[in-house]
Amino acid sequence: MSDWPRIAPAGVDGMVVTFAPRLSEPANRAALALRGAIEAARWPEVQETAVSLVSTYLRLDPLADPSGLEERLRRLVGARDWMAEPLPGERRLIRIPTCYDGDHAPQLDEAAEMAGLTRAQAVDALASAPLRVLTIGFAPGQPYIGELPSEWDIPRLRQLTPRVKAGALTVAIRQLVLFAVAAQTGWRQVGQTAARLFDPAAAQPFLLRPGDAVAFPPVDADRLAALMRDPSGGISIEPTAWA
Amino acid sequence: MGLIVLASSAGVTLQDEGRPGWLAQGLSRGGAADPVALAEGAALLGQSTGLAVVELANVPARFRTTKTLRIALTGAPFRATLRESGEDRPLTWNTSHALPPGAELSLSPAEGGFAYLAPAGGIEAPLVLGARSAHLAAGIGRALKAEEELALGPDPGGPVDMVLEPLPRFGGGEVRVVESLQTSAFPPEQMERFRRTTFRRDARGNRMGVRLNPENGMGFEAPGGLSILSEIVQPGDIQITGDGTPYVLLCECQTTGGYPRIATVLPCDLPRVAQAPPGAALSFRFVSRAEGREAMADHARALASLRDSLRPRLRDPAAMADLLSYNLIGGVVSAHHHEDAP
Repeated sequence: MSDWPRIAPAGVDGMVVTFAPRLSEPANRAALALRGAIEAARWPEVQETAVSLVSTYLRLDPLADPSGLEERLRRLVGARDWMAEPLPGERRLIRIPTCYDGDHAPQLDEAAEMAGLTRAQAVDALASAPLRVLTIGFAPGQPYIGELPSEWDIPRLRQLTPRVKAGALTVAIRQLVLFAVAAQTGWRQVGQTAARLFDPAAAQPFLLRPGDAVAFPPVDADRLAALMRDPSGGISIEPTAWA
Repeated sequence: MGLIVLASSAGVTLQDEGRPGWLAQGLSRGGAADPVALAEGAALLGQSTGLAVVELANVPARFRTTKTLRIALTGAPFRATLRESGEDRPLTWNTSHALPPGAELSLSPAEGGFAYLAPAGGIEAPLVLGARSAHLAAGIGRALKAEEELALGPDPGGPVDMVLEPLPRFGGGEVRVVESLQTSAFPPEQMERFRRTTFRRDARGNRMGVRLNPENGMGFEAPGGLSILSEIVQPGDIQITGDGTPYVLLCECQTTGGYPRIATVLPCDLPRVAQAPPGAALSFRFVSRAEGREAMADHARALASLRDSLRPRLRDPAAMADLLSYNLIGGVVSAHHHEDAP
């Protein structure tokens, strides 16, 4: 019998179902689909659910006996081939103009070298790769995006970069993270966008959803400066059938 | 209205119980860094724990009342001074007080930690995604500004000059943890060292987390830890960052992280980490999940019985010029005697 999916406790009040030891597209779809099924089941012990790249998280009532829940969860996980589940509906293609020049991409040379590419090849790869939002996390509305080709399997930095700006495009382990807020990070910054991913005052506070396709077409620094003044950040949103 | 901010800084914010339920959108719960202080303030004032209060993250602030006002002071003990008609007098901590209109309340840090000023009726502010609390890391809300007037909700009414014995959590000490998702990624000898190590709380720290320096200077490392998949994180997770130093995540932490977590602090023990002053010693004891749930149930019972533990404030002997002569002149002092309301 396979070791996966794996069900494990997380802290005193959480459970995590992990579908694979590494990121893969089917495992990401499985995590999204299981979350949907758990939300639909409305188990009384479950206070909140979320997904990560290849796992589904359940936050439980810390005062409730979890044994019944654990049994129901085991049965649900075993009831289906979750890796064969489709992506959630209502996916969109979101184009986010990105500047890969100079100070807007301070670690692009380093990242390209680690990937065995020239700077120009690296920009071309980042701008043309078929990418989608794998999960939202770390900061509000902040996407983990993937999956990049295998040469981009580069580790995080040992020494954190003290600060990247909101809208920074960063790379590590075949993924991109687009920063929702200014933050310190162990990911290498390879571009800058004018994306506003979270607006607490808006009717739709979060721009991106798991499953959305995303692209990062290149723009020069002057164009980025203009987009920074544009509330939309130059971002276009269209429906897509791409999966 | 009721309260005007006279002096503030970046660490002075409105807080409540935070925003649970937005983890899937990447927004951590936030809310008061020390939820026990929120419960203690609510018990002292006889009101809901859901009302908004002012949190001071190891920084001073000053306020003026515009009407008669009941308040409670809880959390890390700060120096509290009330200036009334040109006279200054100290206010006791973990106490409910009645403040007259036009009085000035100064709060300033002593040992460090998070202090709370809870006004009766709570502070009215617009709900953002279901809560009033500022979540500065997420860009929700802002620090309070000087000259700002805080609108208060209706006072449910109740006594003042009540005190409570705060639940023990100040000055560091032993913190209970359970295994995390990545505990097994650390070699056994490192786990043994982690259990034995005394850590000192670093001076750096905020509502997102606090750094802990191992007293022997030896860090921790999970082999391959810099390339693990990003996974959900929760307040209480003890993350080992690239330089080997543990970092305990608090209420305003990120919601996912790629650094391995060596253990997870029980939610009921997290205020002990949040309130440990810089340099305080902290150590970790692993308990089973079942023991952890039992500890959580004990904690819930302790919070529920806070109201029963209130007692009237006794005259503070240190504030009396001469206790002995007072006794001789005044005769028997009743154990239940307490000061007149100001």
